[in-house]
Amino acid sequence: MAKDEVSASAVGAPMKRREDVRFLTGKGSYTDDMNRPGQSYVVFLRSSVAHGVIRTLDVEAAKASEGVLAVYTHRDIEADGLGGVPCGWEITQSDGSKMVEPAHPILASGKVRHVGDPVVAVIAETKAQARDAAEKITLEIDALPAVVDMRSAETAGAAVHDEAPNNVCYDWDFGDKEKTEAGFAQAAHVTTLEFTNNRLIANAMEPRACIGEHDAAGDRYTLITTSQNPHVIRLLMGAFVLNIPEHRLRVLAPDVGGGFGSKIYHYAEEALVTWASKKVGRPVKWTADRSESFISDAHGRDHVTKAELAMDAEGKFLALRADTMANMGSYLSTFAPCVPTWLHATLLAGQYTTPAIHCRVRAMFTNTVPVDAYRGAGRPEATYLLERIINKAAAELGLDQAEIRRRNFIRPDQFPYETPVALTYDTGDYLATLARVMTMADYAGFEARRQEAAGRGKLRGLGLSCYIEACGIAPSSLVGALGARAGLYEAATVRVNPTGSVSVFTGSHSHGQGHETTFAQVVADQLGIPADSIEIVHGDTDRIAFGMGTYGSRSLAVGGSAIVGAIEKIVAKAKRIAAHLMEASVDDIVFEDGQFKVAGTDKAKAFAEVSLAAYVPHQYPIEELEPGLEETSFYDPKNFTYPAGSYLCEVEVDPDTGVIDIVGMWAADDFGKVINPMIVEGQVHGGLAQGLGQAFIEQCVYDANGQLPSGSYMDYAMPRADDLPSFAVETDLVGTPCTHNPLGVKGCGEAGAIGSPPALVNAVVDALKPYGVQHMDMPLTPQKVWTAIDAATPKMAAE
Amino acid sequence: MYDFQYVKPANLYDAVAAMGSEDAQALSGGQTLTPTMKQRLAQPGTLVDLTGVPELKGIEVGPDSVTIKAATRHVEVERSAELRAAIPALVELASRIGDPQVRNRGTIGGSVANNDPSACYPAAVMALDGVVVTNNREISASDFFQGVYATALEENEIVTAVRFRRPDSASYQKFVQPASRFALTGVFLAKFGPEARVAVTGASENGVFRHAGLEQALSASFTAAAADPVAVSADGMIQDLHGTPAYRAHLIKVMTKRAVQACGG
Amino acid sequence: MPSVSMVVNGRQVSGEVEGRTLLVEFLREQLRMTGTHVGCDTSQCGACVVHVNGESVKSCSIFAMAASGAEVATIEGVANADGTLSVLQQAFQDHHGLQCGFCTPGMVMSAADLLKINPNPSETEVREWLEGNICRCTGYHNIVKAILSAAATLRGEAVAAE
Repeated sequence: MAKDEVSASAVGAPMKRREDVRFLTGKGSYTDDMNRPGQSYVVFLRSSVAHGVIRTLDVEAAKASEGVLAVYTHRDIEADGLGGVPCGWEITQSDGSKMVEPAHPILASGKVRHVGDPVVAVIAETKAQARDAAEKITLEIDALPAVVDMRSAETAGAAVHDEAPNNVCYDWDFGDKEKTEAGFAQAAHVTTLEFTNNRLIANAMEPRACIGEHDAAGDRYTLITTSQNPHVIRLLMGAFVLNIPEHRLRVLAPDVGGGFGSKIYHYAEEALVTWASKKVGRPVKWTADRSESFISDAHGRDHVTKAELAMDAEGKFLALRADTMANMGSYLSTFAPCVPTWLHATLLAGQYTTPAIHCRVRAMFTNTVPVDAYRGAGRPEATYLLERIINKAAAELGLDQAEIRRRNFIRPDQFPYETPVALTYDTGDYLATLARVMTMADYAGFEARRQEAAGRGKLRGLGLSCYIEACGIAPSSLVGALGARAGLYEAATVRVNPTGSVSVFTGSHSHGQGHETTFAQVVADQLGIPADSIEIVHGDTDRIAFGMGTYGSRSLAVGGSAIVGAIEKIVAKAKRIAAHLMEASVDDIVFEDGQFKVAGTDKAKAFAEVSLAAYVPHQYPIEELEPGLEETSFYDPKNFTYPAGSYLCEVEVDPDTGVIDIVGMWAADDFGKVINPMIVEGQVHGGLAQGLGQAFIEQCVYDANGQLPSGSYMDYAMPRADDLPSFAVETDLVGTPCTHNPLGVKGCGEAGAIGSPPALVNAVVDALKPYGVQHMDMPLTPQKVWTAIDAATPKMAAE
Repeated sequence: MYDFQYVKPANLYDAVAAMGSEDAQALSGGQTLTPTMKQRLAQPGTLVDLTGVPELKGIEVGPDSVTIKAATRHVEVERSAELRAAIPALVELASRIGDPQVRNRGTIGGSVANNDPSACYPAAVMALDGVVVTNNREISASDFFQGVYATALEENEIVTAVRFRRPDSASYQKFVQPASRFALTGVFLAKFGPEARVAVTGASENGVFRHAGLEQALSASFTAAAADPVAVSADGMIQDLHGTPAYRAHLIKVMTKRAVQACGG
Repeated sequence: MPSVSMVVNGRQVSGEVEGRTLLVEFLREQLRMTGTHVGCDTSQCGACVVHVNGESVKSCSIFAMAASGAEVATIEGVANADGTLSVLQQAFQDHHGLQCGFCTPGMVMSAADLLKINPNPSETEVREWLEGNICRCTGYHNIVKAILSAAATLRGEAVAAE
């Protein structure tokens, strides 16, 4: 290919995104943009009560309402023998028994368990008619006491599910308890931190939507849905809910407007529209209003933790102990049980050599929206725990926040490093990322900046956070042993078309990550052909062999590796064709720059000549080789990948109002090999905004009755452009490539959201040092900061 | 949203007539009413769009007062050079309502008639000794605002203009609620000779109000320090996710002091 | 049902609507112009921003009837006549100012209005202008860069044309 084409699409080049043109011209194709012939609309009547028994449910008036095609309740669901919404992960408790796994009906059956629990589905010619009809339904609920605060859920006197009388889903622990206790016994100093990791709402800008359609001729269903993993939806919905085999069910996830975890899960609405499309004989469309999203999309985080860190006199970590309560909400969402356990406790070594770790997790049912993975999923909670308690320890010991970390880092010569919580880190250089971020942020100059700010009446603080995450989820045999009900490989098919263009079918799904560009760069690099002749196809179970989808920063590390696997098969076969064409031994064929060459000669065949021969096999080794040039590969990762980095956040607090001004946010990340630095930096920017949002502005609040006052953008603060600073992000400064996948990549999608919350909180606590503040729970709203200052002020005045 | 009949009268006479139809509701910029209707919290039978009424548009700056016609949009206030010269604080206030798209639609009449407890304009009307002009009378600010979302407007009565007295100096200090960007607490301070007027929005359960203690102190001594000893009670202040009564009471004082400083006091 | 007509991206259009039909519903459901998005129901996210008579507005907060006779511009009409990206659109691509693309049409329409009013905005002015546009993907960093860059390019062109 031409030189400029090579440099523009080369691995490591900031190639402009190929998907952008359609998005920038209004030609994106999101689910709600699609309309099927004869389409009808469903509106759900949802519970406005957090917990209660359905006493009266009368839908006759709704059925008679103008434009109504059908009205369904749990009776119709049960009559057709449908299953409930399944959970994809089973946790084995400390006592060896299985977690409590209650049924999750598509429409509430007998009882409602959270505000937003769907009770009735009304299908009509128009959305307005469906809504008008829904208002005619008589739904009377005898309210039961709502279980809202998980800290008192065990003794609430009310059970969300009869199967869990104390509202405990599971009581689980991990790590070496005795060794941990021994570590504490010899400690010179123990730091304790009790905190909440606040509940969040993902708020992808595109609300969830889906369209179900049934083709009576072939008895075949199609579901178009806002999903991060269409094959997973096909599997869960087809096998567990609707009893439709794969070959009669197509799931499409077209352009999807952000996910952040919330679009991984199989939701009741998807099953309902698919099932109902056959019942009413019309396509059925559902689009959430934003206020509906707030009470029906899975929420994130929501942990309450007590952590203790044992150290020797020099601040060397001896042992770490954590006791966490994790909110599951009212039902178990697809991956919910694994988030506070296997994605949380296993990360508690962080970047450090802590020799003994023990973590107990109790998962609680409450009358709130189900909680599941949200950008980072368990790893932000682990990082927050560590990075906050370390700063508290540093303050107690009088150590610099960077120095205490340096004393405890796993050193570069210690890799591969086996942690006491089951993971083996393959590679990393934590001293390097720390040193880099300190330079970027002018760490040494901070005290002068603090003084200058004090002169203006402002409290300045600097907060450090050093995160690690486990990405590229995950070796299937490992996750199977841990309770996953699926494998976590990825699939890819590479089809070389006769004229040498290439179609790549990937099981990964792009909903903002730019796979159409990054994956094309990988393929262009491997095959030596221009990116323009490569198409990346995703999001359609009919076109793609299989797929496990996009979450956990896995797409390039796992999905990209599957593409590489398929390409390797393509090249191996093409070499045999080329050898035949050039009458050479296959061992003498080398493939470079898009040419098959006979080593040591000037004989060569272009890539397209070989592909043409594969489809026009006139001169072809037909006895020993099939025609065609298409290969599929399933890549099952050998280990997690371990991106890591160091973040610094600098803030100024206005002591009069408690307002936090984020004046600097620096990120030094080691993502291993970077394919497209522009996209990778963009991923970090977005993660930082979400992490900072969690730390200082995003507040998901249930009241004592289980109502959600923060149920719209009027009360749930989304970070906006003027809330945030410009970010300084460096992603390619050190780079310790992943050792076990063919691309050397680690994953970058969640890092920003993992590393930034403790950095901001550490910065604010640092700023409030004169007031003796040791900790505040996120989000650090102005009111909360001012209250902390106000509470400390009389004490200061007295001193 | 429930359906309704939409009418857009071309003059004030027709507008008043249209307001006589059953369950009629005036629509101006619609930046508050439309979302309310989407939630099915309002069910007007007829929506009377006032934005086509020429008598309701324009800004008049006189030697002692300023009149802003009701259907004048926030963006027009924000960009009025005449107004900026007369009462810059009013221009500042308008420039921070909602976001640019809201300001391109929202109007002063709509804001005043709605009397949202967290809206900005009511504080200006109170502090600037304003008069709300309707199609059949003039109502002083203190009579007009009657609590949360409650005003002296009678059925079929349309706000046609708001008249402000020109102060010697004035400042509006808005502390935003981080999600809605409405005022969590907003203080409009105006100085007329020795008289200081301090109006507060966003804070009280009874809507916009003037703070007698702060006014007295600042009328005696127009300095930020003069506000310090004034007791601002948390009684009757709003408690919500974003602020306790004590926090709001505290913010009233902080915002007032900042307003004094902005006025050169 | 009342009928409404307006000019959308230079084209005269009309249709039957209800009083309650929002401009965004008219665009998306009747005209099948789906570039304008709906991301919330409280008029905050800005995914639905279009221009009405040259000013940016939230098309979810204005009734179709209220836009009767108006000139409406949407994301579908922003590209150059030859189909290439406008300076502003190109800047969004060049600076990676979009990820999932859902908020992008509203961002572009909002930014276009800013640059018309203020051809030389500061970073702070850009950030404040975007108060009514929420993006969950980019952290705004690259959106701000794209708008500042487009402003510079547009100023340069204006100089060159003089």
